[in-house]
Amino acid sequence: MTTLTFKPLETYRDDFSFRNSPEAIARFPFPFPEDQYMYSVNLEPAVSRDPGSVFEHLFDVDEHYVSEMAERARVLERDPERCLVMPHMAPAAWDTLALLMENLSRDYPQHFRLDREGDAWHWHNLALGIDQRFTFGDPATLPCEPLEYITRQMQGDFAVLDQRDGDLFMDAGMVTCPADWSLRFDAGMSFKQWHSPVPMAHQIGVFDRALKYLLNIQVGAPVRRLNWTLTINPRLDTSPETYHEWGNDRGKVTPDNVGRLVHLRVELQLMVRLPRSNALLFGIRTYLISLDELVSNPAWARRMHRVMRDLPAPIADYKGITRYRQTLVDWLRRFDPEA
Amino acid sequence: MSALLDVRVAAIRELTPVIREYRLEALGGALPGFSAGSHVQLHLPNGRRNAYSLLGDPADTRQYRIAVRQQEASRGGSRYLHQQLRAGDVLRLSAPANLFPLHSEARKHLLVAAGIGITPFLAHSRELLRQGADFELHYAYRAGVSDAYLAELRQLLGPRLAEYPAGQRRLDPAALLRGRPLGSHVYACGPQSLLLDLKEQAAAQGWSDRRVHWEAFAAPEPGQPFRVELARSGRQLEVGADQSLLEALEANGVEIPNLCRGGVCGQCQTPYLKGDVEHRDHFLAAAERSNSLMPCVSRGCGSPILLDI
Repeated sequence: MTTLTFKPLETYRDDFSFRNSPEAIARFPFPFPEDQYMYSVNLEPAVSRDPGSVFEHLFDVDEHYVSEMAERARVLERDPERCLVMPHMAPAAWDTLALLMENLSRDYPQHFRLDREGDAWHWHNLALGIDQRFTFGDPATLPCEPLEYITRQMQGDFAVLDQRDGDLFMDAGMVTCPADWSLRFDAGMSFKQWHSPVPMAHQIGVFDRALKYLLNIQVGAPVRRLNWTLTINPRLDTSPETYHEWGNDRGKVTPDNVGRLVHLRVELQLMVRLPRSNALLFGIRTYLISLDELVSNPAWARRMHRVMRDLPAPIADYKGITRYRQTLVDWLRRFDPEA
Repeated sequence: MSALLDVRVAAIRELTPVIREYRLEALGGALPGFSAGSHVQLHLPNGRRNAYSLLGDPADTRQYRIAVRQQEASRGGSRYLHQQLRAGDVLRLSAPANLFPLHSEARKHLLVAAGIGITPFLAHSRELLRQGADFELHYAYRAGVSDAYLAELRQLLGPRLAEYPAGQRRLDPAALLRGRPLGSHVYACGPQSLLLDLKEQAAAQGWSDRRVHWEAFAAPEPGQPFRVELARSGRQLEVGADQSLLEALEANGVEIPNLCRGGVCGQCQTPYLKGDVEHRDHFLAAAERSNSLMPCVSRGCGSPILLDI
């Protein structure tokens, strides 16, 4: 069993001091099973596998936990509307809080503890120095609304989806580290509405199949999938609200700084049926790795070259890669001797 | 597929001469929470898997409660529960699934129950009371036979409960739906005749389908025996008169995803290549019926069915 040690405070902005340890690189969820990338409904049951990997626990906590929570607090301080809960989603917010506290305290007992006596709950987050007694179901006994309270202590973003009329609606969430999307913009949208900007996938029917699958996710049978994009600098908050701060960075990639600047950004997406509210919890746990770190694994480096080289143009465009793609592919070619 | 839960029958209570309530408790720890309108599948020792609504308070995760009416044409499920199951016995359940949830946009909820169809509304009523929601429960029953939970409901709901005892007051869907404000949703559970009447009246009065919700009794009807062949393995199966195709597949080790086992949820949709099929489901569009069937309720009625599995 590996012990979890948190790194000293790192930044995801300004001087960008975020780095992965060799252990974090080794457990990075490299998302490409083949040399070519195309959309697929690559969903699998979210069962525990590969001890020490990001798939061991339903909610993965890693060495960046304390830093990432400090970053979330900074984003919320500037823009409190990154967390949103429509009134009918209050039961789903409590469902989420219960699920997260139960899982963290079971999977990481050295960092999180939960004591319950009926509705009288006592939560310890030793990593962040939090000791909170509250009454489950009574928001007045917490310092803030329950979804915000618990997701301020969780790595990754969360959307909480209401299920009605054979569709899913984005009616609640905490989104401070999105890959260029906005909860405020998507709020209240249906599944196909919030996916409408995605190119090519509509034509091949991916969303019809995915929606049908998601609607039937059952209590106790969560599923997960990986998704990816690229980000310049280890910047977590790439949201439309702050586009003026980071959009320009895509023009800064040169042959000399590709390895340091360009990061592969992988989302471990998790879908869990919430038992009491029947809502669907959509977790988006984000992992960042610089290309310098990534190419320390020769197999990853070679495959990364081939995927980037052969990516269909509409997908490259949607993921915001087009502007520096040639520089990136040229740099990656040296790691693919057969190319 | 969800993990299965092992439970013990903690108590059996006779509510009427034909309806019994079963309290089920976890063998260890708590049971998963559930939302109002959820059901579980009971995996009976005789191979039957029947779906029953959870009627307890969704806030109570120590135990599940279900109520079962003995069906005269029972294929073995309700008869087993009534005649053989004893307190202390251990049963296996699927995790709760909800095909009959409350609608979050509804401003008024009209609940319509007949007989044993009352069960999902016991959980719904508690949830709606907790939310402080605007709702009414309309309950048609036969006094002394199918009026389980009447006393409990009178106490819980007061004027929110409207009663329709058989022979005294008829439940008239047209009158019940008339003049309701936009934002009203209607939910019905009971025999097929009531559901059809209600759906017809709702359509006639201009209610959109999105505002009409219903749950049919899920038990598949018996029929004639028929033959099935599995195209990919070449295996041949006989489906007995009181057995569903889904049950026959399961008995032969072929597992197909399923939730309602009553032709509603669409989970078990299976392609077929040829054969005469009596569909019986409420899920498939007419165009889909030429090459898909729902093995939980569909039956052969002539030439053998060749399944594309």
